[in-house]
This record gives sequence, structure tokens and C-alpha cells, in this order.
Amino acid sequence: MNIIVCIKRVADTSEAEIVIQRGGQGLEEEDFAWGINEWDNFAVEAAVQLKEQHGGVVTAMTLGGEDDEEVLRRALAMGCDEAVHLCDEAFAGADAWGIAKALAAAVRGRSYDLLLCGAVSGDAGGGQVGGFLAGLLDLPLVALATCLEVGSGNGGTGGVARVRHEVESGLERVVEVDLPAVVTVQTGINEPRYVSIRGIRKVAGAEVQVLDGAALGLQAAELGSAGARVRLEELFLPPRGEGAEVLEGSDEEIVQRLVEMLHQRGGL
Amino acid sequence: MRTIMAIVEVVDETALELAHAARSLGEVHLTAAVFGAEDAGCAELARYFDRVVNFPLSPGAVFDAEHAAAALTPWLAAEQPFLILLSHTNNGLDLAPLLAARLDLPMLADCLELGLRDEQLTAVRTLYAGKVHARVVADAKGGALATLRPGAFDGDEAIDRGGRIETAAVPPGPPARRRLLETVAAEAGSVDITQAEILVAVGRGIEEQENLEIVQSLAAALDAEVACTRPIVDKNWLPKSRQVGTSGQSVSPKVYLAIGVSGSFQHLGGVKGKPFLVAINQDAAAPIFAVADVGVVGDLFDLVPLLEEKIRARKG
Ligand SMILES: Cc1cc2nc3c(=O)[nH]c(=O)nc-3n(C[C@H](O)[C@H](O)[C@H](O)COP(=O)(O)OP(=O)(O)OC[C@H]3O[C@@H](n4cnc5c(N)ncnc54)[C@H](O)[C@@H]3O)c2cc1C
Ligand SMILES: Nc1ncnc2c1ncn2[C@@H]1O[C@H](COP(=O)(O)O)[C@@H](O)[C@H]1O
Repeated sequence: MNIIVCIKRVADTSEAEIVIQRGGQGLEEEDFAWGINEWDNFAVEAAVQLKEQHGGVVTAMTLGGEDDEEVLRRALAMGCDEAVHLCDEAFAGADAWGIAKALAAAVRGRSYDLLLCGAVSGDAGGGQVGGFLAGLLDLPLVALATCLEVGSGNGGTGGVARVRHEVESGLERVVEVDLPAVVTVQTGINEPRYVSIRGIRKVAGAEVQVLDGAALGLQAAELGSAGARVRLEELFLPPRGEGAEVLEGSDEEIVQRLVEMLHQRGGL
Repeated sequence: MRTIMAIVEVVDETALELAHAARSLGEVHLTAAVFGAEDAGCAELARYFDRVVNFPLSPGAVFDAEHAAAALTPWLAAEQPFLILLSHTNNGLDLAPLLAARLDLPMLADCLELGLRDEQLTAVRTLYAGKVHARVVADAKGGALATLRPGAFDGDEAIDRGGRIETAAVPPGPPARRRLLETVAAEAGSVDITQAEILVAVGRGIEEQENLEIVQSLAAALDAEVACTRPIVDKNWLPKSRQVGTSGQSVSPKVYLAIGVSGSFQHLGGVKGKPFLVAINQDAAAPIFAVADVGVVGDLFDLVPLLEEKIRARKG
């Protein structure tokens, strides 16, 4: 059971102040806390659990700048066996398509039964890369997996997986899919294991394979912003619209007002 | 005239949103491709679309993205529409990127606005779970595909277009690589939050399972039920039956108190019927404040116990 899991390092901005750079092409990043994309953490755990049950090799792969190696180390600490870092200045400004093309080039020629992605990334959030990979590699796809079991599978020569996944109206479907396949992982599929600093230190010496555009056989025109099919024109803060009436004052005053409003407008 | 194809999963509001977004791009000829629709469903679509193409499903089969991609790829490649539109739903996540890659088309995902500038398709989409918006553009000379966030576009008005209804001839393809085994309905929980008049919804801001107590206690003082966001269910802190959102319950209470909830569209997608919405969040830029009626910017650990105290005091 060989598995490749694609992971991305993203900024967690849920509590950060957002400052857009002049020109609207980027954000001030000083305050951001960085980490593995939430969905990818579940994907890594799923991969490692399958390996623990069935044996095989799990390879974590990311496309990103030098700092992004951090998420590969984290994946190794969780139990991945190999790490591949697609790293090249020419990748800067890649859109989901460019990311998928580079990942597809890195995946081709490897032996794998499952290619796992997160359902979406917390920053770009398009939920596209997994589906693009399935299309580019001509593999079947199952999106939004909440349960993943494999029967057999031996390095890309067949077998099936049973995948439960979310569809519409709160429904889930269980499908059987031929391997190799691409599966995108939804949160809650498992309980990702805790990664200690000690665990990360243990893998500090592990080798991370670094591949640039040339090693992937990609032309400059296909890479980064040059190859992007979707270009960013401008970042801006969301219009507040009507927006909430924000209560001001001391906590006492605010809560008192709120209680009155709940009675008057909420009909308590 | 430009042709636009909308891929319709089910005949509902999202289909009308696709129609409306397409019509907003100017004079277009608009086709709906639908799977296994009944005659009534096709007739309904024909009021909004110029052409309805029904792809038959074998008896007992349901809409399936792998099957749809196999059937649609050659058809779309032959029709060569200017634009292909889908909804950014769970099924959309399963189908749209696969289709874009197979047809080798640029794709704009999860659009809130859509526009046309010469041969370029422009869109507004969100980054960082709604804290940042981005205006993006794709070259649509050779066609393009876009998915639209459900609810972000108005539904099309009922002008009867008298669309032509056809049944697609689907050539037998290779055997499906993905096969449906069963459909699983959501487990019914012991509480039914869909019936509650007041909901106290808790999100990841609560930090620890033990802390849920302050929210439960507030709910008790309000005679309310506790609801929650998905991460709370993912951690098994509360049962799935309390999750509100596109992959949880749809609720329509009179009052919705969101505590430590950022306000992702997947969560808000389950909040229907325009309740009186109060948000408590320490991040003034949290997207929830854009939709709440009343907002309190502050620490829930200070505010929630105080609120409970004042409510109990008023009740006497
Ligand atoms: C296909 C799909 C389906 C999904 N379905 C659903 C769904 O049905 N329901 C759902 O909820 N989500 C769903 N999600 C997940 C969704 O995208 C968000 O990740 C989720 O809603 C975020 O939950 P949250 O608001 O609790 O957490 P966060 O986004 O992490 O927000 C926590 C908030 O708490 C605030 N906070 C932190 N500490 C405090 C404090 N001390 N006092 C006050 N405020 C504080 C922070 O400022 C922040 O705004 C889905 C995602 C996908 C991809
Ligand atoms: N730069 C990247 N490197 C590796 N995997 C990625 C990268 N970007 C996206 N992915 C994968 O694709 C998934 C969906 O991302 P997105 O299409 O951006 O929503 C993520 O959860 C990752 O598994």
C-alpha cells in the first residue's frame, strides 16, 4: 500500500489582523501563524494509519518555498517515510492548476495506490488541486472522504478502496473505487496524532528530496505566475455590507444592552 | 451568440442561480445539462434555460460525479461552449475540477461574482475563509469553467424561455472505476436542533471541551439548544446532530447566538430564515460580523458567563 499525500503550508489568519500590501498583490505576513493546512493534517493521519494496517511507504509532498519544508518534517514526524519538496523560485505565483501540474509531474513514474489530498486549502480554498490531479493523471476521484478503507493494493497494480464521502443534503455515499485513485480528505475522518517537538527533532536528519522545475521536466512557461491560468488582479478586504451593529462600552454595559435586545428584537 | 452550459445536479434554487449568473454576462444561449431528471423537472428548467439536455441514468442510479464526468467530457468537448457553470457544492467539488482538467480549461472556483471583459472572465472569490477577497481573471478565449458559491447569486426570474428539451445519447463508456455501494443518511440525534427557537452556537473559539460548560449553561438560562460548528464535531466534543452547516443541519430559529464562530460560508449555509443573529467574537474582522445583526467584539470567556448572569437576573 504505497501512498502519496499532498500537503500545503498555510497561514492561519483566524485571529490575525489582515493588512493588504500596497498594490493589492499580497498580505503583510509578519503576524501570521503558519502550519499544515487543516485538511492535510487529516490526510497525513489517514495515510499513516493505512500504512500501519497494510504496510507500504507513505510519501509526503509539497510545492512551496524553503520555509515550507517545515510541514514535510512534521509529516515525517507523524510517520510518513519519505518527503519530496517541489521548490523553485520559478514556482512563485503558481495557481491551483500550476501546483497540480507540478505535483502530477512529480507523481508520474512513482508507484502508488492512493494519492491523498486535503479537501480544500485554508488559504486559496478552491478545492481544486485533488480533482486536477485526477484529471491530469487519468485516475478516478472521490472528494470529501469521511472514511477510507482499502482491500488490497500492491504498488499501483490494482485493488480497490472503500470510501465514504459527503454529497449533498447531509447525505454520504459509500463507493468502491479502483486503485490507484485520488481521494480528497475531509476533516473529522480521524483524530490526527499529536506531534511533539521531540518527534520533529527526531526527523531533523531525515532526507528531503528537493526537485525543481527542470528536474520535473517542466518548461518555464508552465511554471509559477507565467503558467497561471487564473491571475490575481487585486486583493481587498470584504465589503462589510450592512454589517452588525457593534455594541460598545464596558462588558457590563454591552451585556446589559444585549439582554435588552434579545428581549425586544429576539422576542425572548 | 455565446453559449453557456450549466451543469445542474438537482432542479432547485442553485440551478436558478447558475441561470441568473449566466444571463448577467450579456446575450447568451443557455443550456442546462441535467442527470436523470423527471419530465416535471425538465419542464421547470425549460422556463429558465433555452435548452435542457437530460442525461439518462440507469434505474436506481443517482447523480455521480465520476459518471457525470465521463458522460459530459466528450459532449462538452463537442459542443465547445464559451463557459461551463457549476455550483460550488459537495458534488461540485467532486466534479468541476475533474471536468476542467479533462477538458483542459481554466477554472475559477467558488465565485461570489462573475464578469466578462472582452474575452476574459473575471470573478471575485474569497481567501482565508472569507477574511480576504480577491479579484481574479482567466483568459476565456478557448473556453472556461467556473463554480459559483450557492446563495451568492440571485435566482433567475421566471420569464418563460420555453426551452427545448432533449435527451442526451450517452455512448457506453468503459466500465465505471467508481461504483456506488450505499447511501448513508445522517444519524438522527437525541436532540433536534432544527425545531429550536433559540440556538446558542459554539465554535472553535471555545478552545477546550471542558469550556463547553459555559455555553451549555448559557443555553439553559435561555431555554435554548446548543448548536456548533464542524470542528467541534470533528473533535467529538458534541454529536453530529448539533452541527449547523452545509454538511450538517439546516436550522431556522428566531434567535441565533454565535459564540467563537468565525462565520464560514459552510456554517452560515445552514442558518436559514434570517434569525436575529448575535455574534460574540474577539476578532473584529471575523466574517460573521458581516452577516450578524448585533456584534460584540470581545473575549467569550468574559462575556458568556456575564450574559448568563444577566439573563438569569432578569428572569428573577
Ligand atoms: C465541504 C465542506 C463542508 C463543511 N461543512 C461545514 C458545516 O456544515 N458546518 C461548519 O460549521 N463548518 C463546515 N465546514 C468547515 C468550515 O469551512 C470552517 O472550517 C468551520 O466552520 C470553522 O469553524 P469555527 O468558526 O468554529 O472555527 P474558526 O474558523 O477557527 O473560528 C474560531 C473563531 O473563534 C474566535 N475566537 C477565538 N478565541 C475566542 C475568544 N476567546 N473569544 C471570542 N472569540 C474567540 C476567533 O476569532 C475565530 O473567529 C465545512 C468545510 C468544507 C470544506
Ligand atoms: N502547494 C501545494 N503543495 C502540495 N499540495 C497542495 C498544494 N496546494 C494544494 N495542495 C493540495 O490540494 C488540496 C486542495 O487545495 P486547493 O485546491 O488549494 O483548495 C490541499 O488540501 C492539498 O492537499
